Amino acid sequence: MSKFLEVRNLNVSFPTEDGMVRASNGVTYSVGLGETLAIVGESGSGKSVSNLAVMGLHNPTRTEISGEAILNLKSGSVDVISADTETVRKLRGKEMAMIFQDPMSALHPFFSIGDQIAEAWHLYNKGSKADGKNKALEMLELVGIPDAAKRINDFPHQFSGGMRQRAMIAMALVNNPSLLIADEPTTALDVTVQSQILSLLKELQIKFNMAIILITHDLGVVAEFADRICVMYGGRIVEDGTVEDIFYQPKHPYTLGLLNSVPRITAGTSHRLKAIPGQPPSLINLPKGCSFAPRCEYTSKVAGGKCSTEVPTLDVKNAGHLSRCFLSTESLNNLVKDKA
Amino acid sequence: MSENILELNNLTKYFPIKGKGILSGTKGLVKAVDGVSLTVKRGETVGLVGESGCGKTTVGRTVMKLYEPTSGQIIFDGQDITDIKRKEMKIVRSKMQMIFQDPFSSLNPRHTVGTIISSSFTIHGIEPEGGIEHAVGELLELVGLNPEHINRFPHEFSGGQRQRIGIARALALKPKLIVADEPVSALDVSIQAQVVNLLDDLQQELGLSYLFVAHDLSVVQHISDRVVVMYLGKVMEMAPTAELFKHPRHPYTKALLSAVPVADPKVGRSRERIILQGDLPSPVNPPAGCVFNTRCWKAQDICRTEIPETIQISPLQTLACHFPE
Amino acid sequence: MLKYVSRRILYTTILLLIVSLSIFYIFDLIPMDPARLICSKQCTPALVEANRHRLGLDVSVIEQWWRFIVGLFAGRTFGEDGIGQFCSAPALGYSFPRHECVTTIVANAFPFTLSLAVGAFIMWISVGVSLGVLSARKKGKFADRAASVFVLVGTSLPTFISGILILLFIVLKFNLVNPLELGDWHNPFTEPIGWLNTFFFPCATLALAYAATYTRFTRSNVIETSSEDYIRTARAKGLTERVILRKHTLRAALAPIVTIAGLDFAGLLGGAVITEGIFGLNGLGKLSIKAVTQTYDLPIIVATTLIASTLVLVANLLVDITYAFIDPRVRAE
Repeated sequence: MSKFLEVRNLNVSFPTEDGMVRASNGVTYSVGLGETLAIVGESGSGKSVSNLAVMGLHNPTRTEISGEAILNLKSGSVDVISADTETVRKLRGKEMAMIFQDPMSALHPFFSIGDQIAEAWHLYNKGSKADGKNKALEMLELVGIPDAAKRINDFPHQFSGGMRQRAMIAMALVNNPSLLIADEPTTALDVTVQSQILSLLKELQIKFNMAIILITHDLGVVAEFADRICVMYGGRIVEDGTVEDIFYQPKHPYTLGLLNSVPRITAGTSHRLKAIPGQPPSLINLPKGCSFAPRCEYTSKVAGGKCSTEVPTLDVKNAGHLSRCFLSTESLNNLVKDKA
Repeated sequence: MSENILELNNLTKYFPIKGKGILSGTKGLVKAVDGVSLTVKRGETVGLVGESGCGKTTVGRTVMKLYEPTSGQIIFDGQDITDIKRKEMKIVRSKMQMIFQDPFSSLNPRHTVGTIISSSFTIHGIEPEGGIEHAVGELLELVGLNPEHINRFPHEFSGGQRQRIGIARALALKPKLIVADEPVSALDVSIQAQVVNLLDDLQQELGLSYLFVAHDLSVVQHISDRVVVMYLGKVMEMAPTAELFKHPRHPYTKALLSAVPVADPKVGRSRERIILQGDLPSPVNPPAGCVFNTRCWKAQDICRTEIPETIQISPLQTLACHFPE
Repeated sequence: MLKYVSRRILYTTILLLIVSLSIFYIFDLIPMDPARLICSKQCTPALVEANRHRLGLDVSVIEQWWRFIVGLFAGRTFGEDGIGQFCSAPALGYSFPRHECVTTIVANAFPFTLSLAVGAFIMWISVGVSLGVLSARKKGKFADRAASVFVLVGTSLPTFISGILILLFIVLKFNLVNPLELGDWHNPFTEPIGWLNTFFFPCATLALAYAATYTRFTRSNVIETSSEDYIRTARAKGLTERVILRKHTLRAALAPIVTIAGLDFAGLLGGAVITEGIFGLNGLGKLSIKAVTQTYDLPIIVATTLIASTLVLVANLLVDITYAFIDPRVRAE
């Protein structure tokens, strides 16, 4: 059975004066209805860029995009990469919606919260102004805005950070889309508000049977929220698996390094953090081989120095668990054991 | 010599809200910091945590005397610096330095790394042994940067490296206390660990004391010996790190800790989670009684009328709650 | 909102009183004595004193100012007691060289200035804003480059050169306007063709420089707004590019233009000295220049200065109120 969104071999690059910025290279992932896929990576790993391409939100004159992103709708399948802009526009907001990191700048400062939600509803529904307002009210109540009837005419600056993000969610979901892309939705919020927003998203996902793509750098959020995880580095997916796969059986040295470098609140006594040395690669001059090779401690263990000359493929290492590394699961496990 | 490098007694900092126009006066007061007492021992790291708007950054800046305290007392290295003059403060500042959150905006883009770091010497008119250039090179090495990069500009460095430059600048005058304001929150996870480790190493090597202001509880837990939890300008709870994270006594601390997502699916999903309702009240009109009462699930009538006293549980532990856990 | 508006009105009124008083003090300081200037050849100190009394300059500045304010509301008799000239409210003064109430003189000149300002305003706003939007949308393309040439020409060409060029070529060489009719007054409502004949080219001259500035300003505002997060949100909702531009981008991008447009317009209502001079329009600008350079007619000078500053202050008030309607963040204050 095919999943709701299937992204295959997606490439996104931006021509600049300094050269071609290859932000997303051969990215492949998929997400089904009711499922949450987390895309994890540091800044510049290509996690947002790939999903903006799915939404068709890149400026076509300044971006080169190739590959496929297929939405399997009830009415048939559409490849949003090759489809014309008008077709994709009509899918935005209706079949796929997106929320962003900073809800203050993502909401228009001059229009009331209610108007902004109603505007999205009117786009795909016939109804009077009052109908639109009622729908906006219903959505604000759904996302848990207290006194929604009173707050509906408020402007974004009158809302708190958490309420703004709730309003963004209300606006994104007003047409009941099947896919919600959430780009760092809680990064700008305090932890107590973050947990409110995440549990709201979970609740709404079950209610509407939505596919959610969660873009984040926060491994804690991922661990508690996602079903599947794609780890991105240097514009490529380096590992893809279930939450358990990634957290308990990581098969890529970068994932391993990332997991070791976060301080954990449950860890008890403070051990020394195991930092990954070096810096993330420049997307203009990606290393010739594996993009993680310059920072990887295991490159010497791969025969023939392949790591710096050849890009490893994203191979199935276990059922449903893929990793882009020349090392076999066994040899990686042994190397990790030796170190410990 | 006092055991404490820093002591804050009942520190308050109110910001007046000015009305628009020439004729309207002060409209109200933002009680950013409202009666904060804490100590930092020599060689100790004290973490100051809380959500945005709790006043933790204001505490840091008031300690540095970037803001004039409204009332209370700041004792640094045995000296009362609450009301000292600007000239004397300059001398104090050489022993007390600050690291900022945004490593980009806190470095002058038109100056080379060498100029930025050596300005610490020139401002205070200090000639280090072996000359300024030699000292700057040593500092760069100390923070893990290549001393040959002394003539590069900030934009030629990555975020993590820029934070290292900020740290090198802070270390130039061999300070005793460093106030670190969210020093790693702008950095990527893998880089964050590098900087946290560097701060750890420097403390070991130079015997520094840190007042570490941050919202990321996992980082604070990792680096601090003691943690102070703030909410709406007041200290809710202060305790040694292990104690605080294992047995949080204040309901707010408990809720805050339970809200932190854990990078371990099994632990994270099986944990009891307290989801606080609502948002932070405005610091202009903080709730009467205990400031946390509007979001506290344990709040009784007394919490709405009486401010809970801060109880000294042990020399290193305080608590302000009518109904602690 | 109502509170905001009434507070702003109060401030503006206070400011107006202060500004008008300052104007009286400033003209008092200028070392020119109107009482002596209008004195004939056989001038005696007694005659000068009599003149001073006639002109109303023999009392303190505050008193002069107060008489002026009262005259504005109640009308006023100028000149010698008993046999003076009465000007009905709003009395702005009396011009002895022209034997006319200043209010009448100003009322005759104002239609020229108003026509010029309104015509130029409509031209420069429509040209400037649409050209700015166009060049922002076609950034880097031919239309954008063409617009930038226009901006360059418009901003670098002073009005006295562009005005004379237009006058020479279009009006005189191609005989589009009869030179004898240049500067004739026609009522725009009853004789629109005649009005256009008089005002089209002066307005275009004046509009040229403004339009260029507004093109540049609009272009940069539209480009900046287009990269805002909320425009990306609008796109993510599925709105068409047309709606995004018209409703979301322009609303935010043009808001600051309201501010400068209001003030520029008010500035022009005080008189466009150069353009009025070139095209022989008897507007406020020409009136005040003549009053200063030819007769030192103090009542006229004071009146035109006051009118200009009042217009700017009132425009400022209107702009602020309009802005509060557009941007809800201002309202909240």
